[in-house]
Amino acid sequence: MSGRRSVALLSALAFGYAFLYLPIVILIVYSFNDSRLVTVWSHASLRWYAALLENQQMLDAAWLSLRIAAVSATVSVALGTGAAFALQRLKPFFAQRGYEALALMPLIVPEVLIGLAMLLLFVVLGDTIGWPERGATTIALAHASFGMAYATVVIRARLTQLDPALDEAAAILGATPWRTFRRVTLPLLAPAIAAGWLLSFTLSLDDVVVASFVTGPGATTLPIVVFSSVRLGVSPQINALATVIVVLVAVLILTATLMTRPGQRDGRRA
Amino acid sequence: MMANGGAGETPVIRIEGVAKSFGGVPAVAGVSLDIARGEFFCLVGASGSGKTTLLRLVAGFETPDQGRVLIDGEDMSSRPPYARPVNMMFQSYALFPHLTVAENVAFGLEEERRPRSEIRERVFAALAMFDMGAFGARKPHQLSGGQRQRVALARALVKNPKILLLDEPLGALDKKLRERAQLELVALRERVGITFVMVTHDQEEAMSMASRIALMRDGALCQVGTPRELYDAPQSRFAADFFGVANLFGGRVTEAGAAVDCAEARATLAVADACTQGADVTVMLRPEQIALSKHAPAAPNVLTGTLGNVVFLGNAYVCHVVLDSGKAVQARLSPADMAKLGALATGDRVHVSWEPSAARVLTS
Repeated sequence: MSGRRSVALLSALAFGYAFLYLPIVILIVYSFNDSRLVTVWSHASLRWYAALLENQQMLDAAWLSLRIAAVSATVSVALGTGAAFALQRLKPFFAQRGYEALALMPLIVPEVLIGLAMLLLFVVLGDTIGWPERGATTIALAHASFGMAYATVVIRARLTQLDPALDEAAAILGATPWRTFRRVTLPLLAPAIAAGWLLSFTLSLDDVVVASFVTGPGATTLPIVVFSSVRLGVSPQINALATVIVVLVAVLILTATLMTRPGQRDGRRA
Repeated sequence: MMANGGAGETPVIRIEGVAKSFGGVPAVAGVSLDIARGEFFCLVGASGSGKTTLLRLVAGFETPDQGRVLIDGEDMSSRPPYARPVNMMFQSYALFPHLTVAENVAFGLEEERRPRSEIRERVFAALAMFDMGAFGARKPHQLSGGQRQRVALARALVKNPKILLLDEPLGALDKKLRERAQLELVALRERVGITFVMVTHDQEEAMSMASRIALMRDGALCQVGTPRELYDAPQSRFAADFFGVANLFGGRVTEAGAAVDCAEARATLAVADACTQGADVTVMLRPEQIALSKHAPAAPNVLTGTLGNVVFLGNAYVCHVVLDSGKAVQARLSPADMAKLGALATGDRVHVSWEPSAARVLTS
């Protein structure tokens, strides 16, 4: 590679990263700003982090969000693992592409529509069987519905890479299908399942659109609190909170990426 | 076709009229076969001939549409793979990537719920048998192809199965390693004494390793016999062509058990095999049974032709001859016979000849 070309490439890279991360960097920098005005720098302080810790409404919302995210991620992964297996095992019998596209629909349908559709479903369910009551449960269910689609993609990708002879090797060595699943398939899928869980968790933690549609009285998630408080005027507390969330989400996404990175040799077909 | 192994004794594998099709396409069509204890049995055939499906039916990975598989006289129809006294070595070896070498070998014993101390001893012994004792703590991806193959064998044999099934076990090895592994597998079978059933598409591999071979074609058995029988006495053009090189002349019997009129050779050939008058047959000659000479020899079957290429193989010469009828034949001569012939050049007129008893008459 010539020197000139590498300079050009490096500039392109620098510009790309700046475009992506400059807003976030500014947000993080200003979270350490002492000023009451978000856009005016006075001097560095942890004032807004301290204020955040005393904001009970914010902390309750954060705790609720984390719980909803954990529940919906767990449901997503359980359903996603099942779906990935079904897609894989029934491959020869179904026009799999059609069904696969159906399972992955939430990836492409706009969130507003998902939110609306979920709300309609919950209203109808509430009228007919009296469950679920709108609130944390409905948010978790709605999040699990699109989280499952993401989890399915991640787990399915891993499943297709596994040598089908591994299952047969376990069987011929005396393992029943259930033992084979526990001793061979599940450990080999574990990184993908963990990655799918983290992905669903993050998506749930971020979501404001779907949650606004399906939430009920008393269940206010963190993104909803942030969104509504910004409308009343931006408090620098939001910057502090955003910094905490960015760091948390970045760590989770990074972990998920590392767990599924290519070049991991375990269990791949030769 | 029924091929009996040891007389009187219960065959270790009995396949009775087994048929299996996938989506309406028959993969195995009515196969019956007995395999005797202690055989090194090879299933050979081109891809799609049903050999792998037959192996998987014995393992229990497929259930037959018709017929049944008996192991040691016991019907296996209702037994899943994990309840059969069979083990298998896979083409990909299928070592569990998340487990160490020792854990891989221990897997089957753990499923049998053997005591820990016994598992440790048997794993140790199995790895030692394959010179893999020092590699117990490695993961499969840290091993070479040959080492993985040995671990796969150790894992398959540690449970002392009655039968070891091998699906193209040497397919992943390079040529040099492959030849050594062939000898090792044959020696291994003699040492452990259990029955080996191997699938391969490689006829030379089957010939050099098997005690008996079943040649498969279109899901059916084409011929079953020792390597010698399949080479010296093939029963069909297909079998003759599959094992080694065959010179084939199509014709019609003009004198029962004595003469065949072959249009392809533009001659009536003298034969010694049994055949009925008027039947359409093929006369088969192996290249090493054909003699070459410059002058017409005094022999019952002499054809003339033009010498084409002569290929030197080190221990033999292969001479390509185009007969006057236009048919190309191959003759394989030892260096001594070649020397006796004297100087020969491409384009020279030559005579090919053979004894009637050297030719086989194939009825299909």
